[in-house]
Amino acid sequence: MTRASVPEAAFLIASLLFIFGLKRLSSPRSARSGNTMAAIGMALALGGAFLLPGMGHFGWIMLAIVIGAVPGWLLARRVKMTAMPQMVSLFNGMGGACALFISFGEWLGEPADSHDLGRALPMLLGIVFGSVSFTGSLVAFGKLQGLISEKPLRWPLQKTGNALLLAVILASSAAAPSSQHEMWILLPAAAALLLGVAQVLPIGGADMPVVISVLNSCTGLAAAVTGFAMHNMSMIIAGTLVGAAGSFLTVLMCKAMNRSLAKVIFGSFGLAPKEAAAAAQGDQSMREIAASECAVMMGYARKVIIIPGYGLAVAQGQHLVHELDEVLEKRGVEVKYAIHPVAGRMPGHMNVLLAEADVPYPKLQDMEEINPEFDQADVALIIGANDVVNPAARTDAASPIFGMPILNADKAKNVIVIKRGRGAGFAGIENGLFYNPKTRMLFGDAKKALQELVTEVKAL
Amino acid sequence: MIIGTLAMIYIFILAVFTGVEVISRVPAILHTPLMSGANAIHGIVLIGGVILLGLAGDNNLLCGLGFVAVILGTLNVVGGFVVTDRMLEMFKSKPPAKTNPDQ
Repeated sequence: MTRASVPEAAFLIASLLFIFGLKRLSSPRSARSGNTMAAIGMALALGGAFLLPGMGHFGWIMLAIVIGAVPGWLLARRVKMTAMPQMVSLFNGMGGACALFISFGEWLGEPADSHDLGRALPMLLGIVFGSVSFTGSLVAFGKLQGLISEKPLRWPLQKTGNALLLAVILASSAAAPSSQHEMWILLPAAAALLLGVAQVLPIGGADMPVVISVLNSCTGLAAAVTGFAMHNMSMIIAGTLVGAAGSFLTVLMCKAMNRSLAKVIFGSFGLAPKEAAAAAQGDQSMREIAASECAVMMGYARKVIIIPGYGLAVAQGQHLVHELDEVLEKRGVEVKYAIHPVAGRMPGHMNVLLAEADVPYPKLQDMEEINPEFDQADVALIIGANDVVNPAARTDAASPIFGMPILNADKAKNVIVIKRGRGAGFAGIENGLFYNPKTRMLFGDAKKALQELVTEVKAL
Repeated sequence: MIIGTLAMIYIFILAVFTGVEVISRVPAILHTPLMSGANAIHGIVLIGGVILLGLAGDNNLLCGLGFVAVILGTLNVVGGFVVTDRMLEMFKSKPPAKTNPDQ
């Protein structure tokens, strides 16, 4: 075994660990070990890279790793579970930027006249994918973190502008290999960085999960093409795995929201129909209810279905929901949770949040499982959810969410909505369910309202 | 070992199918951890950064680019794996989950 084959073996084993790790990640029982497996693979690949012939600058490498690892670890440990999506987006952006810097370095590392297409293409792709995913992820992070308005931003000639940027990227990339000037490469990089911003800014907050997923696979591809440029198998395999898995996840997510990917990326939620819906419901009013009355309704019910939404997570009320669930069960009430595929801000986000509060996960029911059960439910308790229970998705063809699969909360005998204020949901759409005669509104902070409910039910 | 371009393209294509196949039966509850885990795995670009810096020699510009790339890549890798682990940790304490026995 020559010295050069040790790193190759490390890369090979690392690639296998990534594949098995990803495989194990897709089943609840083995998921955690899958993640650990992939992490071991990463450490192995890193060790392999250190052993490559001709390597130097080990001190600098270690220093850079420490500089990156400490804030990465701290951020990841400290972030609240509700802020998970933007954190994933931020780390994703870092990966994109990394690919951008590497491809740029690879480009400069070669004499300008030796850029034949086979060598130049992966570097150019690495620069373009890396840039788009870097700035795109930062904008997505800013939107979810509330640093940038979540409303879709529009400006004149938006699509023309983006098409123009794309044309600049293509033209300057095509010209780059034959250009005598190495720094020519900054032109497609700058255009791609701009495109990342311009492409994500107009997308509304509700579509951000899809955007993050797209950008995730974009960074995967950036890693893969960087692997092409560096002739590194483990980078090609790991990057491509993520690119493919990420695209597949994106499709699953779009299906859950009944949005076509093209619509998410090229057209934001329409704003006009909102006013029409608001006008139609203008003469109706919401009916308020007191916590004590809610407690009676639920305490003497046979079956209660809880529909948690992002508002619950924002109020940090997951533990109280679990407590309410327990006091109700003690009284013999059957309690289930209805989880919409896009409850929270990413698919599965709500499951994570409720798991954090120790809700046993057999109680968490998918939309398909729970929808037929609403008929028999005495109370549907909606906490901080809005668009995922909006019946307009079934009935109103003019509504921007028409066709999105929803939880049929309106089929329950009674509906209680805990809601902070009278405003419209994340997507900015009025919800007819709130004006339904069998709906009662319990206004207030979800955490406080739940606290009252728990106390009242206990007192029954 | 230098791998030919054609071989790399074969591997790329096979990896695409593997990527889709491997996660095709993922339940909805794991979508978020899966996305996060995949996010950590593409932190493999870190390796590229390490190699770039390690082979940069006395080219200061390459050293600088490689240095920044390693920092960014490490952020991606460490942050990604730790966040995913934290999410998955919450799914573990569920032995009563299987009260209706597996026969």
